[in-house]
Amino acid sequence: MNVLWLQSAGCGGCTMSMLCAESPNLLDLLEGAGISFLWHPALSVETGAEVRALLQRIEAGEQELDVLCIEGSIVRGPNGTGKYHMLSGTGRSMLDWTQSLAQKARHVVAVGTCATYGGVTSSGENPSDAIGVQYEGAHPGGALPAEFTSGSGMPVINIAGCPTHPDWVTETLMLIAAGAMTRDALDGFGRPKFYADHLVHHACPKNEFYEYKASATKLSEIGCMMEHLGCVGTQAVGDCNIRSWNGEGSCTRAGYPCINCTAPEFEEPGHRFTETPKFAGIPVGLPSDMPKAWFMALASLSKAATPRRIGVNATSDRITVPPSLKGPKQ
Amino acid sequence: MSETSLLVGPFNRVEGDLEIRLEIADGRVRAAYANSPLFRGFERILLGKAPTEALTITPRICGICSISQSAAAARALANAAGVTPSAQGEKVANLLHGVENLADHVTHFNLFFMPDFARPDYAGRPWHDRAIARFTALQGSGLRAATEARAKLFHIVGLLGGKWPHTLAIQPGGVTRAPTQRDKIRIATDLRAFRRHLETELFGAPLEGFVALTSLDQLDAWQTGDAGLFLTIARDLGLDQIGRGQGRYLSYGAYPSAEGPLFGRGVWSAGALQELDPAAIREDLSHAWMIGEAAHPSQGQTAPDETMRDAAYSWCKAPRLGGQVFETGALARQIIDGHPLAVALAAEGGVRARIAGRLLEIARTQILLEVLVDQIDPTQSFMDIVEIPDTGEGCGLVEAARGALGHWIRIENAEITSYQIIAPTTWNFSPRDDGGAPGAVEAALVGAAVAPGEETPLSVQHIVRSFDPCMVCTVH
Repeated sequence: MNVLWLQSAGCGGCTMSMLCAESPNLLDLLEGAGISFLWHPALSVETGAEVRALLQRIEAGEQELDVLCIEGSIVRGPNGTGKYHMLSGTGRSMLDWTQSLAQKARHVVAVGTCATYGGVTSSGENPSDAIGVQYEGAHPGGALPAEFTSGSGMPVINIAGCPTHPDWVTETLMLIAAGAMTRDALDGFGRPKFYADHLVHHACPKNEFYEYKASATKLSEIGCMMEHLGCVGTQAVGDCNIRSWNGEGSCTRAGYPCINCTAPEFEEPGHRFTETPKFAGIPVGLPSDMPKAWFMALASLSKAATPRRIGVNATSDRITVPPSLKGPKQ
Repeated sequence: MSETSLLVGPFNRVEGDLEIRLEIADGRVRAAYANSPLFRGFERILLGKAPTEALTITPRICGICSISQSAAAARALANAAGVTPSAQGEKVANLLHGVENLADHVTHFNLFFMPDFARPDYAGRPWHDRAIARFTALQGSGLRAATEARAKLFHIVGLLGGKWPHTLAIQPGGVTRAPTQRDKIRIATDLRAFRRHLETELFGAPLEGFVALTSLDQLDAWQTGDAGLFLTIARDLGLDQIGRGQGRYLSYGAYPSAEGPLFGRGVWSAGALQELDPAAIREDLSHAWMIGEAAHPSQGQTAPDETMRDAAYSWCKAPRLGGQVFETGALARQIIDGHPLAVALAAEGGVRARIAGRLLEIARTQILLEVLVDQIDPTQSFMDIVEIPDTGEGCGLVEAARGALGHWIRIENAEITSYQIIAPTTWNFSPRDDGGAPGAVEAALVGAAVAPGEETPLSVQHIVRSFDPCMVCTVH
């Protein structure tokens, strides 16, 4: 299976993250899975004229294209021209190239939240008028129309994440190669379910604090960050705490909140990323699939029942009260 | 006299998008014009947001210098608050930042720079078979080993910073996670594994041996590892003579501490070290698709010229220090820190010098990180409380892998009202200024050889990549 990878208006971080793949490393993994790059901007030797010739062959139908991966948002500015991002050496915008090459691809894959929904590039006043490949924020229809399907009959496969976990990308590509990446394998926003059917909350090491609503009050404290510090791990899709990042890491493990980077429009949460918006002292955003009244009742009950160990540790920067265990038998 | 022009792009194995226009006469580059063809407008995205939002937004300027952006934003906020982070938090932030810089250098050498020497154009050269075996793109044994080792090195960022890129661990007051004694042992283990990689593959000898080099003769005599292969290639192709800079180097100083930056701060000009005066920085807009007058970044603005006027040719502004072009990066940092080998390379200043400077910094950074982890005291606090003022100004000057990175913030009514960024590649890949002076890479390309029929001249590729440009940072 061949892959053409283009970097549109983004930071390149999803490629950099992909290079962190392990067991095996990225190059061994791709080779072993029979996945080859027609061209990748960070990894291939070809540059300049060699690349322009390849792109022309694909457009002319002389070179088959199995997978088109787009990393980065698509910019439409200024004034719908797309000229804020011209693919260098070609005199054509990335908007134009994306729309053209997508018609030739068996599969189109948007890598990262910029490519899927617009992401951070579309934040604030969105100076470059950035959108995703097939979404504009949470709205279907981006650089490609909502009804677009690639040669395989599939919509754009949206590997959302800022950045994407290396395995999300490599496993998606391998599932495509295996013919297993069907419509049923995608969630309502086009994200592969193998990671999007989990919540960041799952396997979060702060779960015991969460159970008692024993909350950190400022960054560096080890308690649950949902109540005060903006953490939306209970609502954000991703298996971040199940598979972990760069060895044993994850955002919440490193002591900062999940900011829902796999979601459309995460870049504009409507509040500070590290502050929980509240109404009458109660967090506005509660777990989405739980009745609010039940949540409140359970929360107040568990708060009242918080063991001292958990309460003290929640506002410490390290474990200060260990679990009390039975002593050795005499 | 034969004259022609070439448009080189997409220019890959640089981070982000780059287009270079070359004017060629008699088989040499007569003039070069570097275009950064992507504008995203991060400086405008930040306007109106709460100051601390910069900690989440700015790392996402760049997926390869993400921690550098994070560190600069945290420093700018701390500076606005008139504080410095907790001493131990600063050490962990330095450790995170140093790991990224080290990984970036290794990525550049193995994945971005060396694969060009495996091209068939060099068939028949005595070193070509080795270059093919080690550095064929996506396949060579050298870059494969480096990819593997780099992924494991980033376990340190996973442990302390949650993930790479785009951590939120670095804050104005320190870091969000207090490392334990066990974490220290784990990090030291990861560093030992990386040292083994460097000593087995890249240097083929103890790192201290490379750090002990003091002269160009000693550098020439280095034969082991991929560093030795590079130096062999450099001698054969005359890489010391191509892509030479103007001998002016800039470093903001890397890895802050109470005793000053661990790699020193200053400028190098006319063969001597001088004080850096950040107040003398101006960003010139004459050849950028930007509207406004030249200004210091604390007074600057980012107003894109939607007409893309003919007189301009890049979205990149042209920073100048005291009106002059400066080069920044690993070589600059090591010269300004006073390492004798780097100082010996300062006058050479070409492709070989930049790569050798980076190799030197790889060895020195590995050693520096080993010292840093040893200094971490898990009994201490790693975060001070910092109140960001509702009104104020601050700047954060750090050293990314590619050189001097500055953030300048202004806060009014608890909102960001100005945020200006000058990235390392903004310095190195700037367009011309209003005096017509070309940017660093534009000047370095003049005189590069272009063989008949070459559409993407190899000499131009070597020179451009020797700077390790990061184009996504450049315009941001």
